[in-house]
Amino acid sequence: MVNMMIDGKKVSAPKGTMLLESIRGAGVSIPTLCAHEAISRSGACRLCVVEIKKGNRTRIVTSCLYGVEEGLIVDTKSERVLNVRRLVMELLLARCPESDVLQKMARDMGVGPQPRYTVDTDKGKCILCRSCVRVCEEVVGVSAIGLFSRGSYKEVGTPYQEKSDVCIGCGACAYVCPTGHIEMISTGDKRKIWGRTFKMQACSKCGKFFAPVDQLKFIGKKTGTSMEELCVCTECR
Amino acid sequence: MNENPDTQARQIIDNLTLYYGPKKKFIAICAGTGCRASGSLKVKEALEAELKKQNLSEVDVLATGCLGFCEKGPMLVVHPDKYFYQHVRVEDVPEIISKTVAKGEVISRLLYRHPETKKTLFREEDLPFYKKQLRVVFGQNGMIDPSRIEDYFAINGYQALGKVLAEMTPEGVISEVKKAGLRGRGGGGFHAAVKWEGVRKAKGDPKYVIANGDEGDPGAYMDRSLMEGNPHSVIEGMIIGAYAVGSNQGYIYVRNEYPLAVTHLTKAIADAREMGLLGKNILGTDFSFDIQITKGAGAFVCGESSALFASVEGRAGEPRAKYVHAVEKGLYDKPTVLNNVETWANVPLIINKGADWYNSIGTEGSKGTKIFSLVGKINNTGLIEVPMGTTLYEIIYDMGGGIPNGRKFKAVQTGGPSGGCIPESLLDIPVDFDKLYEVGSMMGSGGMIVMDETSCMVDVARYFLEFLKEESCGKCVPCREGVRRMSDILEDICAGKGREGDVEILEAMGKAIADGSLCALGGSAPNPVLSTIRYFREEYDAHIRDHRCPAGVCKALITYSIDAEKCTGCGVCVKVCATQAITGEKKKAHVIDKDKCTRCGACIQSCKFDAIHVK
Repeated sequence: MVNMMIDGKKVSAPKGTMLLESIRGAGVSIPTLCAHEAISRSGACRLCVVEIKKGNRTRIVTSCLYGVEEGLIVDTKSERVLNVRRLVMELLLARCPESDVLQKMARDMGVGPQPRYTVDTDKGKCILCRSCVRVCEEVVGVSAIGLFSRGSYKEVGTPYQEKSDVCIGCGACAYVCPTGHIEMISTGDKRKIWGRTFKMQACSKCGKFFAPVDQLKFIGKKTGTSMEELCVCTECR
Repeated sequence: MNENPDTQARQIIDNLTLYYGPKKKFIAICAGTGCRASGSLKVKEALEAELKKQNLSEVDVLATGCLGFCEKGPMLVVHPDKYFYQHVRVEDVPEIISKTVAKGEVISRLLYRHPETKKTLFREEDLPFYKKQLRVVFGQNGMIDPSRIEDYFAINGYQALGKVLAEMTPEGVISEVKKAGLRGRGGGGFHAAVKWEGVRKAKGDPKYVIANGDEGDPGAYMDRSLMEGNPHSVIEGMIIGAYAVGSNQGYIYVRNEYPLAVTHLTKAIADAREMGLLGKNILGTDFSFDIQITKGAGAFVCGESSALFASVEGRAGEPRAKYVHAVEKGLYDKPTVLNNVETWANVPLIINKGADWYNSIGTEGSKGTKIFSLVGKINNTGLIEVPMGTTLYEIIYDMGGGIPNGRKFKAVQTGGPSGGCIPESLLDIPVDFDKLYEVGSMMGSGGMIVMDETSCMVDVARYFLEFLKEESCGKCVPCREGVRRMSDILEDICAGKGREGDVEILEAMGKAIADGSLCALGGSAPNPVLSTIRYFREEYDAHIRDHRCPAGVCKALITYSIDAEKCTGCGVCVKVCATQAITGEKKKAHVIDKDKCTRCGACIQSCKFDAIHVK
């Protein structure tokens, strides 16, 4: 265990854990958009920044990636911290003006749109947090989507924005997306995502369409479970 | 006979040095990328043919790397007299051979003429450009053909490695480099020995040694000139570093846009391997180390350490948070030393001449020399190497020869696109890592872009932010979105659409972007804006409040007019104007139609009477 001061409160935390958990554990709320429990952290959104003090040196770090340390003094609401968070929120509001998630978050933080920025109309609700890309690679294990182009031209999508052969239509990407940018439409025996239409499997017991056939095949191949067994939905199992 | 393999290794190097010895009679012709572009290879071929013709084949022609004074290329130096000839053409070659090489006579038309005294100067070291320099690293370029390992032996090449293998422990090497005070030449200025020590002590195997040759600053080419002109000095430095930290594998990361550097490095590595200087059991000792070249695709951000690792590993060049340092988890999450090309090239010098010698050069906190590329509105464009602590004034006026066309100096941008612009009032500061940081700029890798009164500082900030916007990797929000928004506001200001309060917004954004960005690219991206606001605030105000560009650069804010008293009505401007905006009767003062004028500047350049004004 290591001992730290977070916003003036003494907090102890197990070695090897991240600051973000200690801060939240201490009852201090801290906004995040790209940290998700199921995937590795990238530090892309920068909302979880805090100011740390070690000896005489203070610096801004992302709490989601900074490991706890003995004697660390953490300020989660310093002026510098709030300035970074305000900037990030203003920038995201200008990028994704239609996202109600961002609007609510901004309201909670007391941040409004910066009128000097011309709002984007072509970015949808995607903030490029890359959670979808990471879940597809790390959890699902297919890497059907990735990031392409650089800088402000960066986008998420399938390679060459063509229909992906490896996508199994599982929808994990849509599930982790914090702003609801990724569109997944499931209607009866069909599911549409990333430009492809997947055939849904009906549960052999209750008849409800519950998962894309491709996804079940993928799981079968990976785990050796028979299709017969996989064709029963979780509720009927 | 001494059977100790380490001592024998040194003996091998000593023999090579003796065998190839120092060259006496030779012609060094600059064949760096710049001089090649102005035809130096043709001159080189002509020199060789002419020597043969005049039966002087014993005189060697060295196609060297960059000699520094790029403004005067193609250039050559005739040894042993060291006569310096500039702007040499193929037609000059027969005379150079018959007079200078054969008889030791100088050809005065090829000599450099002092711009003030008008006196011709004979030798390289007499030229004001070279006189105040201390070319301990870069000067070796002029003594070798970089594609020949023999030439490097002839100037005591690999002697430092011999000494290290025979006499020094790895810890001894690190303490020597620490005593020398060598700091990284790539931008951060981190103490090299501290990194080395960290890797030496770090747990993990294998350990890696990398040379960062991803030089990406516009106008900066010192690393290119070292890789092209003296690849073995970089390789020798890396071998010594690898010995010190306990590494067996090294990489040189070089951008593919540097084809000559890639060719010379590839040849140098192959030659070193063949001579037993790289590979298994180097020179018969039990130390093994090899180097591989990784070519980058030219992304600016790949010069950032963690993005560079990602790129070497074959992933997209994006940085990651560096709360665990590269000395513990670098390339493939293994302990890694990453130093800039120039830093590596300094290592053999420190070993050969000793830490005390090295330490005696420079300032309190910055030791040794630094190579700068001097470009922009300056008379003597080129590469210079000076002791740390040399003032900006000396660099710009003594070596750089001042500003062309009698114009007035305005600012110098140091540290590349994310450095800052330093005004005239600070020209007396000694250039070192800490001083440049103090005045809101940085050393960076050593780019210096000089600007004169015809440079608009808002436009300069706009240009650099545009560059950084394009080069942001796009991973984190402050850099990807913030730099783009700053760039938009600057575009507006330059287009006459700036608003009251823009400067304050830029300042607030700049601070938050610097604080909040994931890597140093975003962390330093606001520098050009913040430093120009700090030192040239009045230019921003003129653009925003008075809709005026004082330097006459921003097209939306300037108008062209003809001074009726000076205009002779010659009609030349009428011919060059692409939009037919200029009219007037022959031999009478002409006028410009402001609505048709696109402010392209063609008329100004064509007017011999200085009759066209910009306001």
